[in-house]
Amino acid sequence: MVTVSVDQQVDSDHQLARLLQIGVVLEEVVEARAYRHYQSLAEEDRDLEADVEALLEEAAAESANHRERLEELVDELDAESIPFESVESLVEARYGRTKPEDFDGVLYDQLCNEETAYKFYDDLIDAIEASDATFSLERDRVLGVLTEIRDEEAAGVEEVTRIMEARE
Amino acid sequence: MNTANQYLKAIYLVQRMDDGPAATGRVADSLDVSPASANEMIGKLEERGLAEHEKYKGVSLTDEGISRAENALQTYCILERFLANVLGVEEFRDEAQQLEPVIDETVAERLDTIIDRAEECPDCFDADADACCYLAGTCEGAD
Repeated sequence: MVTVSVDQQVDSDHQLARLLQIGVVLEEVVEARAYRHYQSLAEEDRDLEADVEALLEEAAAESANHRERLEELVDELDAESIPFESVESLVEARYGRTKPEDFDGVLYDQLCNEETAYKFYDDLIDAIEASDATFSLERDRVLGVLTEIRDEEAAGVEEVTRIMEARE
Repeated sequence: MNTANQYLKAIYLVQRMDDGPAATGRVADSLDVSPASANEMIGKLEERGLAEHEKYKGVSLTDEGISRAENALQTYCILERFLANVLGVEEFRDEAQQLEPVIDETVAERLDTIIDRAEECPDCFDADADACCYLAGTCEGAD
């Protein structure tokens, strides 16, 4: 059996790049799900649920923006590239297997999207702060970008929760 | 994954390999920590009702401990499979170990939507190969 590390910290450029890449894929998944949810709303539902439609549209755009900002950081780190194009088609292909069944499921799924992304960035920020490692990117800049993205995810959680509560 | 979950997963795998209680030294070795640190954490797991320690024999997980360990192992399997199959990382074992403490179960669940994982996961995890036997190619009867 191989030994493992129990330290919750990021120790190298490579590890930081990998975590940011995971963030990119996570955003890709979130973006695809929000977009598909939006597409799956029937025309008549769209009229009735304007706030949900706006929420999903916004969520897809926000994820795309987060993905681009993470990719910019990854590009500046010394890291091997990953096949993002195939990831994109994989995400598309797999969505149908795990899509939510009904309207409340769509909202719940969106809540999970936002909460999961928030948790990811929050843990990542903690892990970077716990590390003394020097990265080829300025630490404050990485933390600044991640904190902004995390806060946007927190706002997203609040927004979905507000809509869910209003529907009850 | 938090530290407690990493310990639960390590104890679970040592127990499975040794077919009995896990010796503290073995748990410490597998986590690359000192026996004193392992003892301390095992004490905490006992307080939380997740493990039982018997002098001179070792530590065993309670039913709740087993359930949490299986979840932790599943998260680890998802991470390995994601790295190997989606990102095409050759050193997926080493990287999964490095990333494991930072990746939460809920995050792994999202990544799980784009990977293939056997229904029997995490029973198909091969502790010696440090990977799911399907990924490591060590499943019984595998080509």
